[in-house]
Amino acid sequence: MAIQKLCKISSIEKLNADAVSIWLEAGELARAAQVGQFVNIKCGKGLLLRRPISICRAEGTRLNIVFEVRGEGTAWLAQRTVGEKLDVLGPLGHGFTYPDGKVLVVGGGIGVPPMLNTAQKAPKRAVACLGFRGADKAMLLDEFNACCEQVYLASDDGTLGVHGFVAGVVDTALSEHPEVKAVLACGPKIMLKTVYAAAQKHNVPCQVSMEERMGCGIGACLVCACANNKGEYKHVCKDGPVFDASEVKWDD
Amino acid sequence: MTNKVDMSVTLAGMIMKNPVVVASGTFGFGREYGQFYPIDELGGICVKGLTLYRREGNPPPRIAETPMGILNSVGLQNPGVDGFIAHELPELKKHDVRVIANISGNTPEEYGIMCAKLSEAEVDMIEVNISCPNVKAGGLQYGVVPAMAAEVTAEAKKHASVPVMVKLSPNVTDITEIARAVEDAGADAVSLINTLRGMRIDVKTHRPILHMNTGGLSGPAVLPVAVRMVWEVANAVKIPVLGMGGVAKGEDAAQLMLAGATAVAVGTACFADPYAPIKVRDGLAEIVAQQGSAKVSALTGKVIPW
Repeated sequence: MAIQKLCKISSIEKLNADAVSIWLEAGELARAAQVGQFVNIKCGKGLLLRRPISICRAEGTRLNIVFEVRGEGTAWLAQRTVGEKLDVLGPLGHGFTYPDGKVLVVGGGIGVPPMLNTAQKAPKRAVACLGFRGADKAMLLDEFNACCEQVYLASDDGTLGVHGFVAGVVDTALSEHPEVKAVLACGPKIMLKTVYAAAQKHNVPCQVSMEERMGCGIGACLVCACANNKGEYKHVCKDGPVFDASEVKWDD
Repeated sequence: MTNKVDMSVTLAGMIMKNPVVVASGTFGFGREYGQFYPIDELGGICVKGLTLYRREGNPPPRIAETPMGILNSVGLQNPGVDGFIAHELPELKKHDVRVIANISGNTPEEYGIMCAKLSEAEVDMIEVNISCPNVKAGGLQYGVVPAMAAEVTAEAKKHASVPVMVKLSPNVTDITEIARAVEDAGADAVSLINTLRGMRIDVKTHRPILHMNTGGLSGPAVLPVAVRMVWEVANAVKIPVLGMGGVAKGEDAAQLMLAGATAVAVGTACFADPYAPIKVRDGLAEIVAQQGSAKVSALTGKVIPW
């Protein structure tokens, strides 16, 4: 059940050159949040559409979102100050489902923050694979190290962890942790496709959090279409954002 | 103060407790917004556009934000008229709200078949979409050629036993010509405006944002166009008008009613604020009360042109 709530900003800080972290006093909205869900935030008066942002952490009545400044809406959001209130709709969407056993959480770039909540709340200590463009774009590493059994790192430019894409370290992690029962991933579609291929190689089920341009955020306007392999369009905001990777149509 | 205002209106014989309807395609079948407030608060619901058979719609991206507006190209994704009657209509009927079924066909015969099925299922009204700009077959052509608009209207009327309202496209040279044609063909009401065709291009990639290249513009940006067209149509026909296009607050609704609308629809505003239709209703009641009037229906057509 989603609600609309004005949530006070209790802290706002930059995690790197592009990523901003905001903690909100979100009351029951935070309490209701499930791993992998998102919130839809109004960004100023001039922009009609809310901006969907994944939940990074939900602790009691406090809610943490981490986002990258990509356009007008997120630029407005990045300029907020402590004490201001944000108009938040949430929690929204269908999140990750934990298997009976250990999970491997995988995040790429701005797909990393939503995996923190997913790792922290996992019933058994999780293994993580995180990919960034470079060491200067890394974030939340201490938090992942604190809650995970092991953290594998990869970077596009080789300045952090293994030089290469995150799917490469997923393959290594699944070889070294055969007890993993599911791969849970968030990131760009091309990354999710390669992560799914790595999971398939090890016969481990995979869930992916997808992205698409969104309207209402609650399943009414039907704009955030995501094709499944039966030729149907599902909707990222309501059927997702998390889908079983085996149901997604990967090739356009 | 506002509780003294009589908010009820009658649209083509259909009595509504207030003049605020939600526009087709922006409110699904009512389930999603029902988690925020009882949908019984609304005058009516124009349901997501229905076709004879289930449709998957267009490939994404289906939405682009524009200055005070949005472009969409959903492409009539819907479960089909039978799916609606079996799974959605029974839910809607549990509520005290008028159900207006919006339909689009590829041929006049398809409109007729859908009107028969929906009349049998006892919806309160049928809104005939002759103006959807997103479907290559049908859609736009019916809405821009008076004779074709009339043909579809006549076929719908022949098979419908509930009031038929025809939704007009603004993408025409003279909207009054189409309005008169559908009135002559027997339409009980007209609704307008549907979206205006538009396009947005990503200058970095040189690609249009929408996968279908173009889409329908809605939101506050189109309100003045809607007010002008409602005014023109209300002066050209005798049948009632459901006005829509960019309504986000009570004042916007009042403008459309003054221009000649009997009732108004709220659409895109729901995306920014799920409570927008309720706020429009309350804002409208406040305006009527402040002006010392007892009935919202007294606003209709009361513009004093220069």
